[in-house]
Amino acid sequence: MRYHTPTSFADAAAIAAGTTGTLRFLAGGTDVLVQMRAGMVQPDDLIDLKHIPGVDKIERTAEGGWRIGVAVPGIVLGGHAELVRDWPGVVEGMNLVGSTQVQGRATLAGNLCNGSPAADSVPGMVAAGAVATVTGPNGTREIPVENIPAGPGKTNLAKGEVISAITLPPRGKNGGDAYLRFIPRTEMDIAVVGCAVNLRLDGDKVVEARVALGAVAPTVLLSEACAKAIIGTTLDDAALAALAKAAEGEAKPISDKRGTKEFRIDVAGVLARRAAKIAYDRAKGTSK
Amino acid sequence: MARDDVKTGYKYVGTRPNRPDGLDKVTGRARYGADFSLPGMLWAAVVRSPHAHARIVKIDASKALALEGVKAVVTRADLPTGLTGEDLNLQDNTLAGEKALYDGHAVAAVAATSQLLAQDAARLIEVTYEVLPHVTDVDAAMAPGAPVIRPGVADYSVPEGMHGNVARYMEFGHGDVEAGFAAADLVREHTYKTEATHQGYIEPHAAVGQLGEDGRGEMWVCTQGHWYIRRMSAAVLGIEAANLRVTPSEIGGGFGGKTTIFMEPLTLALSKKAGGRPVKLVMSRSEVLRATGPTASASMDVKIGMKKDGTITAGQVFFRMQGGAFPGMSPIGEALPCAFACYDIPALKHEAVEVIANRPKAAAYRAPGSPMAAFAVESMVDELCRELGLDPIEVRLKNGAKNGSKSSYGPVYNVIGLQETLEAAKAHPNYAIPLGPNQGRGVASGFWFNHGGETSVSLAVGEDGTATVMIGTPDIGGSRASIGLMVAETLGIPYEDVRVNVVETGALGVNEPTHGSRATFASGKAAVEAANQAIKEMCKRAAAEWEIDAEAVEWKDGAAHPAGPNAGKFPPMTIGEIGSKMGGSGGPISGHHEVTAGGYGASFGTHVVDVEVDPETGRTTVLRYLVVQDAGTAIHPAYVEGQYQGGAAQGIGWALNEEYVYGPDGRLQNPVFLDYRIPVASDLPMIDTVIVEVPNPGHPYGVRGVGETGITPPLPAIASAIAGATGARIRSLPCSPPKVLAAIKALKG
Repeated sequence: MRYHTPTSFADAAAIAAGTTGTLRFLAGGTDVLVQMRAGMVQPDDLIDLKHIPGVDKIERTAEGGWRIGVAVPGIVLGGHAELVRDWPGVVEGMNLVGSTQVQGRATLAGNLCNGSPAADSVPGMVAAGAVATVTGPNGTREIPVENIPAGPGKTNLAKGEVISAITLPPRGKNGGDAYLRFIPRTEMDIAVVGCAVNLRLDGDKVVEARVALGAVAPTVLLSEACAKAIIGTTLDDAALAALAKAAEGEAKPISDKRGTKEFRIDVAGVLARRAAKIAYDRAKGTSK
Repeated sequence: MARDDVKTGYKYVGTRPNRPDGLDKVTGRARYGADFSLPGMLWAAVVRSPHAHARIVKIDASKALALEGVKAVVTRADLPTGLTGEDLNLQDNTLAGEKALYDGHAVAAVAATSQLLAQDAARLIEVTYEVLPHVTDVDAAMAPGAPVIRPGVADYSVPEGMHGNVARYMEFGHGDVEAGFAAADLVREHTYKTEATHQGYIEPHAAVGQLGEDGRGEMWVCTQGHWYIRRMSAAVLGIEAANLRVTPSEIGGGFGGKTTIFMEPLTLALSKKAGGRPVKLVMSRSEVLRATGPTASASMDVKIGMKKDGTITAGQVFFRMQGGAFPGMSPIGEALPCAFACYDIPALKHEAVEVIANRPKAAAYRAPGSPMAAFAVESMVDELCRELGLDPIEVRLKNGAKNGSKSSYGPVYNVIGLQETLEAAKAHPNYAIPLGPNQGRGVASGFWFNHGGETSVSLAVGEDGTATVMIGTPDIGGSRASIGLMVAETLGIPYEDVRVNVVETGALGVNEPTHGSRATFASGKAAVEAANQAIKEMCKRAAAEWEIDAEAVEWKDGAAHPAGPNAGKFPPMTIGEIGSKMGGSGGPISGHHEVTAGGYGASFGTHVVDVEVDPETGRTTVLRYLVVQDAGTAIHPAYVEGQYQGGAAQGIGWALNEEYVYGPDGRLQNPVFLDYRIPVASDLPMIDTVIVEVPNPGHPYGVRGVGETGITPPLPAIASAIAGATGARIRSLPCSPPKVLAAIKALKG
């Protein structure tokens, strides 16, 4: 195995483009190192991104959003008061990943590129409208986060491409987001279903909404039907019922060791309702 | 309950000193199995079958052996032939013979100069398999058309006409069950199922073994019983047990799973082939889950009749249990006697079959067989109580076993504490807390026989007046502290002056493992006898110095005293004084006792649990949990409470989320703790404990084993609490959210 420590994303992309065998990028390592130890993957090339300047930074963008480096661990996101005030749903999703020790290493970009449909940080990012900056041999492009995963363990990144930052849009006024997952235990588990809701209010009325569902399809789903069910409503009982029905309709899960198909469909509706209420209260400013 | 023949008012027994192993464990100084290394040591890795059932056509290790640094490969061809019975089963499990019998079955092992190299080499060993039909579920293994995985497995007990995977049959009972059912006001009959669960110890199996061409060897190993490891390893390898010296490490949990061998002989076989260099083998968590003993899975028919006043008139069970691909491993012989052990019922019929399936060879797990049996019988008792509107504690008080009751499995109970645990549970504040919406309360009692067994203990008096105790039962639950307290009490010296060591096979006679909740009972009993022997000798030394008869000397408060005014006037002679002069007064002073310890008394317990179920997701939260159990005498109450809480925690895991999930290909789907869902700390409330003390007349301090009973009631208590919260009765563990939600939805129609 060759271990690389490039100091720029252009170099990282060039190294990646030149590899022929199994390649892994190393950010926090909480997936890659575990998979290596378990014998699931034996990379020929391992490219450590942590030597690139800026990968550990959280910065305001000119537009008022947030640019998050690919090596910023969950615990730093959770400790960033302004970011948490803007995007509590994104941060609470990331903070559900693993243990306290894992939080000291695990990153948004790594969670995204691991390609798990159950990744806890991804629905929050998708609902928020986060964008991944991707650097490749031919330069840089911006891709909505929901278009990165291609299926379990796979991404849509081309050979030589690497995520160089995650950008969250400006929060703006009267907005709120939330993420909930279902696990049978209280922590240290993988989402059986996940759901993030991001919305904006005008008065009591929902005027914008994005709803993302995790672990109910090969990739995290951005559901237009769910958003439609609550836009224009005050999130009354009828709207919540319509949202639950829409979420159940969107869910296309499988039965596996973590839960049955029927269960996942039911719980997708339950979590959508519950997450929407939290996001609504946050947008109202009645809860954090 | 006050009894004249039981001494109370102890100075050390019943106190809570710091645990002797505590500092070592929290500072990292304690040496566990994987911490041991030797000069020139090699590392081993194991090649395991990816198939549930397959003929091994060919094993080609040439590529592995060609790697520089690879020193040895062993396959079944390197082991002796001609073994029979359980020795053959152990050998078959150590390395597969003609067939791999489960996903994870060891097929070959390799030793190399580093762990990484050994793992690389293992990947280069090419095994050609012919995949065969498999079966993993207990009921499916008995169904018509199921593949017979080991023809001829049935022993003499199996009636003709049963499926070829049935290995053993047993039955017993008393009274006329048909008459009993006829006399009942309500008779119910259901089938209950439990999934296999793993002991889940934190420390994976680890061993360093060394074996020379001369057949003499040593092993350093994480185990609950090093004499068992010695005998089993020697049998598998065809060497003399006496030529193998086995030293146990500190142990990071066992719960029964470390009373047998899995990979340990491989270290010796590889060492011998590698010219006698020591070989270390440490299992990964996945290897532990795929290839070491879980407990059996079970499918159980239960029928019970009850009168309107709660009197149980008759009971009948038929248990089917699978303990993997090897006969003798499913605990039907324990499950049946445990089934109705808490009750005194006029008519009972018990039947069970052991079934083999393509799963790993089961091992003991905390009260083997009893939790499954309790799930079936105690769930059914709860169903009858709810249907008849009866209080579950009152019904158990009415029908429960008492002193002098003839037990459901034959022997008469001497002095037992079941009724006392029920009274204490009834009186506990938890039992009176009002329940809110979606909340339910479950009650169940449980039983374990406990055990005595082969025991050998030595004690040496130090020149400084201390005592060193040598025991052969590895300390998995605080037995060093408890034995130290009993020896301190007997000798009348401070607890800090007693040191208890677990010693290797060369230092004592044969000791059975720490199993059956026997260590504090049996090693403790022998240690007290050894101390008494040392006291006798110390009295003799004092008598010689005083020039009086030894019978005229008595021992109290750590010193020899003249027994009375007629014996003469001498100041007391302390253990320190006697110890400092013993070289000149006749030589070192020690005591020794060996016994197959009898007189162990059963421990009964009663648990009360409150849960809340999310009606929209089926997720269960344990709100509060109460364990009441009879300890006989609690020597070190904090350790006793720890055993109660630990048993409850494992039982809660078994009840709620733990299960072996096999895919259609027969492969284990969840061999990691991420997906094999044992409870995490935040899943559990602080578990309340009440120690009931009904002293055991068979022990000098009244000890009963306390380690196992506690895992028994949680399975039915949780399921009954869920039934109370939702109206839905789960008869198949685990009560996982998908199952509970489906049951809630089915109720609503």
